[in-house]
Amino acid sequence: MGRIWFFIREAARALRRNAAPSVAAIVTTVVTVVLLGVLIPIFQVAQSKSAEVRNQLELKAFLYDDATQGEINALQTKIEALPHVKSVHFVSKRAALQILSGRLKDPNVLKELNSNPLPASFNIKPDDAAQLEAIRNELTPPDASGTPRPISPIIETVKDSREEAQKIEQVTSSLKIVLTILTALLVAASLMLVGNTIRLSIYARRREVEVMRLVGATRWFIRWPFMIEGMVVGFVGGVAAILILWLGKVTIVDPLSDSPLFSALNTMSFPLLVGILFCSAIVVSAIGSGITLRRFLRV
Amino acid sequence: MARLRRNRSGAGEPAPVRRGPAPIIELDDVTKVYPGGHLALERVSLAVGRGDFLFLVGPTGCGKSTLIKLLIRELDPTEGEVRIAGRSIGTLSEKKIPLLRRNIGTVFQDFKLLPNRTVYDNVAYALQVIGASRAQIREKVPQTLRLVGLSTKVHSYPDQLSGGEQQRVSVARAFVNHPPLLLADEPSGNIDPVTSIGIMQLLYRINRTGTTVLVVTHDREMVDKMRRRVVELYEGRIVRDEAGGGYEESTNEFGMRMRAEMGVGPEGATNGEVDELI
Repeated sequence: MGRIWFFIREAARALRRNAAPSVAAIVTTVVTVVLLGVLIPIFQVAQSKSAEVRNQLELKAFLYDDATQGEINALQTKIEALPHVKSVHFVSKRAALQILSGRLKDPNVLKELNSNPLPASFNIKPDDAAQLEAIRNELTPPDASGTPRPISPIIETVKDSREEAQKIEQVTSSLKIVLTILTALLVAASLMLVGNTIRLSIYARRREVEVMRLVGATRWFIRWPFMIEGMVVGFVGGVAAILILWLGKVTIVDPLSDSPLFSALNTMSFPLLVGILFCSAIVVSAIGSGITLRRFLRV
Repeated sequence: MARLRRNRSGAGEPAPVRRGPAPIIELDDVTKVYPGGHLALERVSLAVGRGDFLFLVGPTGCGKSTLIKLLIRELDPTEGEVRIAGRSIGTLSEKKIPLLRRNIGTVFQDFKLLPNRTVYDNVAYALQVIGASRAQIREKVPQTLRLVGLSTKVHSYPDQLSGGEQQRVSVARAFVNHPPLLLADEPSGNIDPVTSIGIMQLLYRINRTGTTVLVVTHDREMVDKMRRRVVELYEGRIVRDEAGGGYEESTNEFGMRMRAEMGVGPEGATNGEVDELI
């Protein structure tokens, strides 16, 4: 017990006596944690957006108007049995009209129509966007001459949202790559930055460490105060950074989240994010101190 | 290493127990070649008995400091064996090295004080390292600082002290846990002759409590006056090993004789306190 207090007192002494490097280490930690705190949610938004797009991809099999209910039911079971089909949803002519009128600014336009021109359809969702083509082939396998033939006579044509989807997919996936690289670089840079700052402050005291060794201090006896010092730096830096992030959340993100543009974004909860950042700030600083010290302990 | 510790109650008596001839320091055919090929020590054999006072002399670069570094295992010998209290230290694991060092007080030429600690904390650190209680620290540190004559500088920082005073702190730190062996590497190297007599007197006094003292120096005049055993190194080899015709004298007598012989007045400012304590 007395030991622990001794170590804590030693760490406090070191922090006081080396104010400038300590402040530098704290500021570095703040900057790093804030950057990560901003980037991680952005990264997550990009992830979830691209997942959303993937989920929207589907095939539409349009049916002839003269299909009977029996034929429709039979086809539905048939499609459901195909590989990679996640769900099949039947949209009747009536439902199709309703969807259309919902999208129009002036639904009265449709009243001008005497009959319903829209076909009934099956909306088919794949279990994976990459399987769209495979399902399409199952629905309209090519015959001997190579032209696609629907598996059922009631299918008029099969369409998909592939082209638009592909574009969106391309954009989000390149965005994802860019963000991944950015985040990785930032994490690496911040680790090195924190490590370097710690290293500098220890380097300034390497003579002290050498003397401690020569007087007969064990490695851990020397190391603990440095680790505690690192933890304090990580703690203070973490608290400051989280305050900044919280301010940003309250003043910028929260007011925006009422608008429909942002409401759909799902990122991890703020407390969880804060917790992760906080713990990593402390652990990185402490371990950074411990590892850096190793070089100077070889006396 | 516990058995290496001297029984404190027996201060002044020859180092106790564990009969057997094992001298406190033994070098057996020790050779040290530095990376790069510099031959620092060549087949050096040396034995120092418990309670001895030994000078190690020789010109700069003769291997004196290397020898000290071998004794605290700051360096490993290229060949040969170093034994402390009968135990070969070459086989000590990394973890045991601190334990060895705690039993050897070392006074360095450049003092090696911790710059951001007061005199008191510098000396206390040597006790904190061995896990001494606060009560022990509060008792022993002032006691040792009184011994070296620094009672009034307890709260000063090293850079506020003169060279001689810093060297005294260094001695106090080396001696505070009463190690059975004390090594001093050029203790008078950076300080003036008057002050160095004070340091020698201090080391003499420590020796009289039963601690083996090994002093490395190139101060021949001082060595001759001290009349103790002298080992001379030249280019890595022992070229002289002379038992000093030293006779028993009190620390006080010692100090007065030294000052007289070195032609220094009977000044007392630095040593007054030390003398009182004998």
